[in-house]
Amino acid sequence: MSIDWTAFTPWSALLGGILIGLAAAIFVLLNGRIAGISGILGGLLRPASGDVVWRVAFLAGLILAPLAWLVLADLPPIRIEAGYPLVIVAGLLVGISTRYGSGCTSGHGVCGLSRLSPRSLAATLAFMATGFATVFVMRHLLGG
Amino acid sequence: MHRTLISAFVTGLLFGIGLLVSGMANPEKVLGFLDLFGNWDPSLAFVMGGAIAVGLVAFRLAGQRRQSLLGEPLRLPARRDIDTRLMLGSLGFGVGWGLVGFCPGPALVALGAGELKAVLFVAAMVVGMGLFELLERRGGSGAIATGATHKVDN
Repeated sequence: MSIDWTAFTPWSALLGGILIGLAAAIFVLLNGRIAGISGILGGLLRPASGDVVWRVAFLAGLILAPLAWLVLADLPPIRIEAGYPLVIVAGLLVGISTRYGSGCTSGHGVCGLSRLSPRSLAATLAFMATGFATVFVMRHLLGG
Repeated sequence: MHRTLISAFVTGLLFGIGLLVSGMANPEKVLGFLDLFGNWDPSLAFVMGGAIAVGLVAFRLAGQRRQSLLGEPLRLPARRDIDTRLMLGSLGFGVGWGLVGFCPGPALVALGAGELKAVLFVAAMVVGMGLFELLERRGGSGAIATGATHKVDN
């Protein structure tokens, strides 16, 4: 392991993280809910009355964030190296697994760890571990 | 009712802007973090650190309240058991995350930025979530009938 000092952006990472934390804070303090993206999106596939519009409002805000950003500045780069087949496989896997695992990076990683939830700690360690392992296999074993 | 919708929208917007500021809407940067055994970019750890520092305070404050500031019930997960579903789901999620560098939030932000691959990823992700619903209904675990267990999803 060596640290990629040219890619490492501690300050913008910290600032962005604080904004994400503020978003989660607003949501729990005003709406009484966990800002977990997979749960909010997945819940739309099980529509119940009174439980749809807030999900749509949240997701609309998330999706419109780049547009709001464009009012002030150019968008930061978004580079997706993976080819289309891999993108589809990964999307399917992320969709089904986050529902089985009751959460993703936001629900378990940010909100769950903030709540000191043992389930979320276990989940976060698990997806970090397989995330590291997958990139190791893809880049260093298969990628050469 | 309307106030909770506005706060939901603002939460989503702020979350998305946080992802853009932090660089986490960019899969290349996320993979830089997950490449622990290569040229490692620790940025994602700082994102989590910043978010959790704020979150710790917020959830502590929320936990002391009977209801939210807008009068909504607090819907926080109560389970503390670590079961097979949680672990297998999370392990599988990590694999999908590592394959492309997208988790659900950044994928939706990148979709909003007009990235074609993000559109595809989100479409596949929604199909995956739909598969979960189908399998749950077939399994007849009873969870669907009440929906109660999933109101508190993360």
